[in-house]
Amino acid sequence: MLIKLTGGTVYDPASGIDGLQQDIFIQDGRIVEAPTDGKPVDKEYDLRGKVVMSGAIDMHTHIGGGKGNIARTLLPEDHRMDPVPRTPITRSGNGHAMPSTYVAGYRYAEMGYTAGFEPAVLPQNARQAHMEMGDIPILDKGGYVMLGSDDFLLRMLTAKKDQKAINDYVAWTLNAAKGIGIKVVNAGGINAFKFNQRKLDLDEKNSHYDVTPRQILQTLARAVKELGITHPLHVHGCNLGVPGNVDTTLNTIQGIDGLPMHLTHIQFHSYGTEGDFKFSSGAAQIAEAINRNKNITADVGQILFGQTVTASGDNMRQHANHKFASPNKWVCMDIECDAGCGVVPFKYRDQNFVNALQWAIGLEIFLLVDDPWRIFLTTDHPNGAPFTSYPHLIRLLMDRSFRNDMLATIHPEAQKMTTLASIDREYTFNEIAIMTRAGAARIIGLKDRGALSAGNWADITVYTENADRQAMFTKPDYVFKDGELVVQNGQVVKVTWGTTHIVKPDYDLSIEKDLQAYFDRYLTMKLGNFKISDDEITEDGRGSLTAHPLRGVA
Amino acid sequence: MTEITEVPSPFCGIGTDDLAIHIDGVSLKVTANGCAINSPAFEQPITDTAPQINGQTVSLAAAVDKAAELLRNTRQPLIGGCATDVNGMRALLSLADKSGAVVDNVNFTAARRNLLALQDSGWMNTTLAELKNRCDVLLVVGTDLEGFAPRFFERYLWNQEAMFLTDTTAREIIYLGKAPSGNASTSPSGKKATVFPCADADLPDVIAVLSALVRKHPLHAQSVGGIAISDLQAIADKLKAAQYGVICWGAAALAYDHAELTVQGICSIVKDINLQGSRCSGFPLGGREGDQTANQVCGWTTGYPARVNFARGYPEYDPFLFDGQAMLNNDEADVLVWVQAFNINGKPPQTDLPTIVIGRSGMTFDKEPAVFIPVGTPGIDHPGHAYRLDNVVAIRLKKLRDSGLPSTADVLHAIEQAL
Repeated sequence: MLIKLTGGTVYDPASGIDGLQQDIFIQDGRIVEAPTDGKPVDKEYDLRGKVVMSGAIDMHTHIGGGKGNIARTLLPEDHRMDPVPRTPITRSGNGHAMPSTYVAGYRYAEMGYTAGFEPAVLPQNARQAHMEMGDIPILDKGGYVMLGSDDFLLRMLTAKKDQKAINDYVAWTLNAAKGIGIKVVNAGGINAFKFNQRKLDLDEKNSHYDVTPRQILQTLARAVKELGITHPLHVHGCNLGVPGNVDTTLNTIQGIDGLPMHLTHIQFHSYGTEGDFKFSSGAAQIAEAINRNKNITADVGQILFGQTVTASGDNMRQHANHKFASPNKWVCMDIECDAGCGVVPFKYRDQNFVNALQWAIGLEIFLLVDDPWRIFLTTDHPNGAPFTSYPHLIRLLMDRSFRNDMLATIHPEAQKMTTLASIDREYTFNEIAIMTRAGAARIIGLKDRGALSAGNWADITVYTENADRQAMFTKPDYVFKDGELVVQNGQVVKVTWGTTHIVKPDYDLSIEKDLQAYFDRYLTMKLGNFKISDDEITEDGRGSLTAHPLRGVA
Repeated sequence: MTEITEVPSPFCGIGTDDLAIHIDGVSLKVTANGCAINSPAFEQPITDTAPQINGQTVSLAAAVDKAAELLRNTRQPLIGGCATDVNGMRALLSLADKSGAVVDNVNFTAARRNLLALQDSGWMNTTLAELKNRCDVLLVVGTDLEGFAPRFFERYLWNQEAMFLTDTTAREIIYLGKAPSGNASTSPSGKKATVFPCADADLPDVIAVLSALVRKHPLHAQSVGGIAISDLQAIADKLKAAQYGVICWGAAALAYDHAELTVQGICSIVKDINLQGSRCSGFPLGGREGDQTANQVCGWTTGYPARVNFARGYPEYDPFLFDGQAMLNNDEADVLVWVQAFNINGKPPQTDLPTIVIGRSGMTFDKEPAVFIPVGTPGIDHPGHAYRLDNVVAIRLKKLRDSGLPSTADVLHAIEQAL
């Protein structure tokens, strides 16, 4: 079937198109050139006066993996507030802070999103992550595999194994756990917590292993680069949430030796210690460092006010923050000599000085980083806020007067501590399209997504322009996923199943000899049973795998 | 005859995946690493492969149609058991969503003791590999750990090597409440567990006193539940002095009213020790016959653990109201679907309601159900996934033989299609 999208105003930054009225043709799920052979159009959508972008991609959202299910189980009261009834084509479920999987897929699609990436896939919990994501309809998905607090890597580093051996282990793990990138959370810190260390600075040694967070980051960033993995090492830094951590973050940027590095939810790592409350904004320094260091990318992890739940691999920091849990209940786990997790409900309040300033710090970073290709729109769902708040966040970025109206309502001392009111910048459609589409696809390494040029998969979102950007981005007119109309007027009209994006870097098989011995001696599962097979993703007929090329590999 | 090694077991919950199994046609024999729970479960013969309506053999299509007919136009179906793998549970929830059923997992009343504690105040827990490599003091509360999982000690405590212990046989094992039923808790070097028995009814008081001692609250009593306060003080001191203490309990063994408060007490002891500067973790036992699997899949599908009602068109969770047995007792359901793919003895509750059993081949009934569809067992007749007791690791179950038996998911999907 040949579909024609006629006359929409297209924002396709990957192709350099910034608001050009043009037609788009779709056939067999992909975008095609305008037919020249007189082939008739089977279905036409008149998009004159409408805004057309590729489907949005959330490059950091906690949508799969055990901590999300702990969060769900922990908070029945949060679900009771937001029941989602079944329809003839959609399953029932629940929403708000940590929606059920089906509802997550519907709600993302209804906002024009067509892909989401889980940033904390513990190798030992990767099956769960994929099974949960396998029950998220419509969206494409993928995961960044977490390393850096796993005993195997720390043993290798202590034993001064060479970089090649590390690379083999990283590549093996990526293949076994079926990821598209590598993530580090509080490098070594989750492990140190198991030895009863309660904090771990960038150059502080693990009490058992002869290794520091800086070494872990450098080694893994090098492995990612040398293996040709497109997505840079995805780093949740040390000292999350600690006043003064701006210095740690700047030091992390400096210390990575120019290697590509993505700093995630950087808002939580941009705090100074000035002022009466010994808590201040480090946004300007962070933004300046990002502007200056072209090897660095970041997503913001914007907080927005209201009830949510934080779900993180960083159980060292989550344990330290449990005293702020609201409601007052929380979970921490140590996991399989691999990692850990912490789940702490939070209610961000605009009249709380710290929360209010956190809100301002996130926005400052968004607005002070010059290059939209290197900063990404996230709330670190659900940590800063549920992903359903993205349209509100987009309005804050695109509408200065709305932003300043909101600023005027937050804790007065926080207003005094932020420069937000003096920032005039308003994001354009093109910049929004970069940070939520083209840039996201590029940084993840998605070969044929995030752009509207011929040959790409037809993930397309169509909006009616509205001066109220929140209203506009809340309810697209049309969303196409792989060329199929899945959402109309903000409602799911067809349920499809996306693919799982992975990379398959090569490794020397001899690494399995060491791993086999390690698994047999210390772990609780056989090596062969640990590896996730392709058919585990595909056997129920809904899932598929899409392997993306490595850098420098055709 | 073939042999398959490194076979994972879905039966005992502790995730053993080192079984060796001889396969001769459809007969299985566990030849290595079996136990009193796993070996019979694997070796259970296939005795019936044909579906039945009221005890009469019929085709699968006829049985599916009959099941759909019984479910059609019901006012409150009840789907119980939920003893299946991840795909079986996915299909079960899909059918429940469409038919407006109550879903109740067979072990939920035991799991509820943990869930209520979790949902009220949370916990700090650990998983098997951490226990295997780190635990130097293990306190077992109110549970015969060896009876729960015969190989627990051999696999996870008396392992020859651990990453962070020089001598695993020096681990300190303390029982509070139940005494161990055998000698599995005695270390290979002969070191016996320390046992402080008490009646189940006294456990709430004993845990409350231990909690108070951990918090350094002064006590005037000299003993509680027959246990000397000085002994409980010694336990508190050992937990605080441990490098990585673990407190484990089996919720199913705490079969008394408001046992969730005992679980909450245990969890608060763990949290308090961590707040006072030592590492300590909790470790709830469970995971038999798919109970963790049911709760996990229901968790991500509905937002709630597996005792939910879809009657209003969306899932509602009530850990008491939607108790399947209570609903049967109170005439609150009008048809029962019973799913039990693991255990032929896991029969449906007695009821006069029309009953559809999706059960393991070999199940027999005092009263023939309206429909019985024998299904394959996950990890024997078809591949699948099951959650281990620590709720983090999902094990990949293998297909060991060609029995021709359909999977639970196949049957439930077919019924849903026919509705």
